[in-house]
Amino acid sequence: MNASHNAPVGVDAADRFRDASFPLIFERAAPGRRAARPPVVDGAPMEELLGEEHLRAQPPGLPEVAELDLVRHYTQLAHRQFSIDGNVYPLGSCTMKYNPKVHEEVAKRFQDVHPYQDEASAQGVLTVLAELQDDLASITGMDTVSLQPAAGAHGELAGILMIRAYHEAKGEGEQRRVVICPDGAHGTNPATASMAGYDVVEVPTGPDGEVDLDAFRAALGPNVAAVMLTNPNTLGLFETRILAIAEAAHAVGAQLYYDGANLNAIVGRARPGDMGFDVVHLNLHKTFTTPHGGGGPGTGPVGVKAHLAPYLPAPLLVRRDDGSVGAEGQRPTAIGRLRSHYGNVGNLVRAWAYIRTLGLEGLRRVSTMAVLNANYLRVSMREAGYQIAFDRVNMHEFVARPPDGLKTLDLAKMLLDYGVHPMTVYFPLVVREAMMVEPTETESIETLDAYAAVLGQVLRDAQRDPSLAHDAPRNTPVRRLDEVGAARRPILRYQVPKA
Amino acid sequence: MPYVPHSDDDVRRALAAIGVDDVEALFADVPEALRDPPIELSAPLDETALLKRVDELAARDRTTGPDFLGGGLRAHFIPSVTPHLAFQSEFVTAYTPYQPEVSQGILQATFEYQTMMCELTGLPASNASMYDGASAVAEAALLAVRQTKRETVLVSRGVHPETIEVLQTYLWPLGIALEVIELEDLTTPVPDVSSEVACVIAQNPSFVGTLEPMRSLADAAHGAGALFVAAVDPLSLAVLASPGEVGADIAVGDGQTLGNPVGFGGPSFGFMVVTEPLLRQLPGRLVGQTTDVDGKRAFVLTLQAREQHIRRSKAKSNICSNHQLTALMATINMAALGPQGLREMAEGSVRRAHQLADALRAAGGDVRTGARFFNEFVLCIDREPATLRRALSERGIRAGVSVPEAFGLGFAVTLATTERTSDDDIAALVSALGDLGVLASARQEVTA
Ligand SMILES: Cc1ncc(COP(=O)(O)O)c(C=O)c1O
Repeated sequence: MNASHNAPVGVDAADRFRDASFPLIFERAAPGRRAARPPVVDGAPMEELLGEEHLRAQPPGLPEVAELDLVRHYTQLAHRQFSIDGNVYPLGSCTMKYNPKVHEEVAKRFQDVHPYQDEASAQGVLTVLAELQDDLASITGMDTVSLQPAAGAHGELAGILMIRAYHEAKGEGEQRRVVICPDGAHGTNPATASMAGYDVVEVPTGPDGEVDLDAFRAALGPNVAAVMLTNPNTLGLFETRILAIAEAAHAVGAQLYYDGANLNAIVGRARPGDMGFDVVHLNLHKTFTTPHGGGGPGTGPVGVKAHLAPYLPAPLLVRRDDGSVGAEGQRPTAIGRLRSHYGNVGNLVRAWAYIRTLGLEGLRRVSTMAVLNANYLRVSMREAGYQIAFDRVNMHEFVARPPDGLKTLDLAKMLLDYGVHPMTVYFPLVVREAMMVEPTETESIETLDAYAAVLGQVLRDAQRDPSLAHDAPRNTPVRRLDEVGAARRPILRYQVPKA
Repeated sequence: MPYVPHSDDDVRRALAAIGVDDVEALFADVPEALRDPPIELSAPLDETALLKRVDELAARDRTTGPDFLGGGLRAHFIPSVTPHLAFQSEFVTAYTPYQPEVSQGILQATFEYQTMMCELTGLPASNASMYDGASAVAEAALLAVRQTKRETVLVSRGVHPETIEVLQTYLWPLGIALEVIELEDLTTPVPDVSSEVACVIAQNPSFVGTLEPMRSLADAAHGAGALFVAAVDPLSLAVLASPGEVGADIAVGDGQTLGNPVGFGGPSFGFMVVTEPLLRQLPGRLVGQTTDVDGKRAFVLTLQAREQHIRRSKAKSNICSNHQLTALMATINMAALGPQGLREMAEGSVRRAHQLADALRAAGGDVRTGARFFNEFVLCIDREPATLRRALSERGIRAGVSVPEAFGLGFAVTLATTERTSDDDIAALVSALGDLGVLASARQEVTA
């Protein structure tokens, strides 16, 4: 153990950030300490009850820490973390809007129900889920929704598998081998198509930032199973030819898949179901503001048109004749389960609370102000000297890039010193040095002004003195990590000293 | 309007800056035919009304009283300090740690998580989390298929039935065969493993509570060049031989028992820990240690060339968002309890289960177990499990997870205990089952 880690904890956190490596919880441990005490049940020894051969030789090397040390450790770690609650966080494609605190209270009220308890004794949470299922169907313009998938990518898998099952039922399973994605698509789209056993064909983005309709038509054929799109697309532009795209896809028997990551732009104002999409997944951790939690858990419900409903993964919630809510068993044609139980219920109830709080007018206000904010920031960034990839009215996000000669990575690191989080960088892949900005509706105009001012400042600084760009960030707990070294010689765990 | 800060004046100012007359102009790209669809939602509620509605609904859910529900999720002790620390704003409202300079909180906690999972499972490489136990098992099977280039997966009937369903969902589109090893005496027999088999999957303790012959199953898999996947309850590893010790190549499972509430089934998190040679086949995020320009230790997402945002259609999996916050709950919880606390919880659960089994047997219950069981076991009954569950629930007891027909036990349920189970709880269950005639009928059969 490194002696420097034995310094008293939390005496001067700021100094520790600057001078020393921050200790691991293992380095704050000492044998015999502990924080929490479960009830102790006395009785026969494990050798007797379980048999010697089933027991482990050594206890696991978990840390032994006192409660206050535990609290200081994870509190100080939290302080080494940007978040929506602390910082502007306009990550494009991620919809980092404010996560209302009342949702946390709502989630707590349902957290102790067990999925295997008697249905009659779980009518509260089942009612919430049934209502959410209906609300999401109405919001997306689909006929039926399954709440099961655990994230956007999981919803994608559910959706593409349903499409596959549909083609197979029609005897076209062998013939349809291809899924079409735009070249600007999120990585999960092609990865999902592969997991569902399909080959991927990418179609190019046209000069207006939308799917190139001629190239798209040329890629279509009787071998195409599905077309995966998001609308607005990953450049933040509404696909104005969406009805023609849908018609062309359906004309060759392909199914149209809607990646709902960008629904925040149109929620309450337009519906994928009306655009001709056959399947939709939603990222409730985006549009419906369930917290991202540093990477998850998310939730990715899928909605389908009636012709795909036979393939939906159970459990689906149904209202019984006596007015109660129950779970329907797996339909024989279904693609099967994607995970255990009902879904990420803790998040589903938060999304339900959000919809209940806003109603339709509130949701329309969400998309309207999300689009207003994004356009306002686009104009401000242009004025601050950035180039806009497709300079037209955009939806909830847009893609910019720095003037030639400057690197997006440097500017992103410079932003960190101002206490603001950068936008999504280097995505979508179709724009070089991409800066994808999504402010969301919950930021005020003043906040956007301040963000734009910082963007202007870092641009001027970088142009004036390249070393300022190269050396940023200066004030963060750690700076410019050796990522190449991390991958070349992976260290994925701490070597716990063994007694 | 809730959560949207704009005043009318803000909107006017913004529109002027953008150079359009009204907000509708911002939606001009949306074809006319698509605008303003008929969406039916109930009228908005203010916070007071919302919480009132929540209270009304929550009152219809039973969340107290004796609880013997298991089936992969159990209401173990969770110290107050765990959710308090995990649910700090900075952890809850952060995104994936793509900017490591301002994400050391999540990154370091995840590195600690990976280390703890390695310690528990006795294997050297853990990813940052998966969605849940069932999907983690499915991803483990896909990993084995990639690694061995073989196209059959052997799974024990003792694996959670929902997990087997998820395996089917993930394997069919890729044309991978799934074969089930049926149990003998509620225990997985050592199978013949052919040279087509990519992996053998067993769960310990099994769905019916049995401690499986994990070492023999691992040997059988390895003898045929297949991998062995151990699906485990992580809390049990405080006392049970680790997957590493029994020779597993991949340890997977659901982390709920490490400090997440049962939550009506989610979100908990899945975990996956593998041997060194399988490291680069891992799906999902990984956090690695490195140094920064000043030589300080620091943590960063690493080996990303496995993942969808780099490799797209060639990625190891499509997983993007994982279950970081629930994995953080487990990390903090493991640190709060330490090896001693986790051991006490596991041991308490085991002792209570054996007490309950003894009490039921003494009262004439048809208890079934393998040679050894952990904290869950089977009770054969004389009626539909759902009927029994309802009857017990009406007596204030939550118990009786259905054992599916495929186990060949007729009507049967599993009963599970934790360190929180009390003498009174056990007495209440035995007495209720007696009143309902579930035990008496067994006694009559035995004496007849
Ligand atoms: C456009 C798009 N599609 C899909 C996803 C995947 O969603 P998830 O991370 O929930 O799996 C994302 C999330 O980053 C996204 O931005």
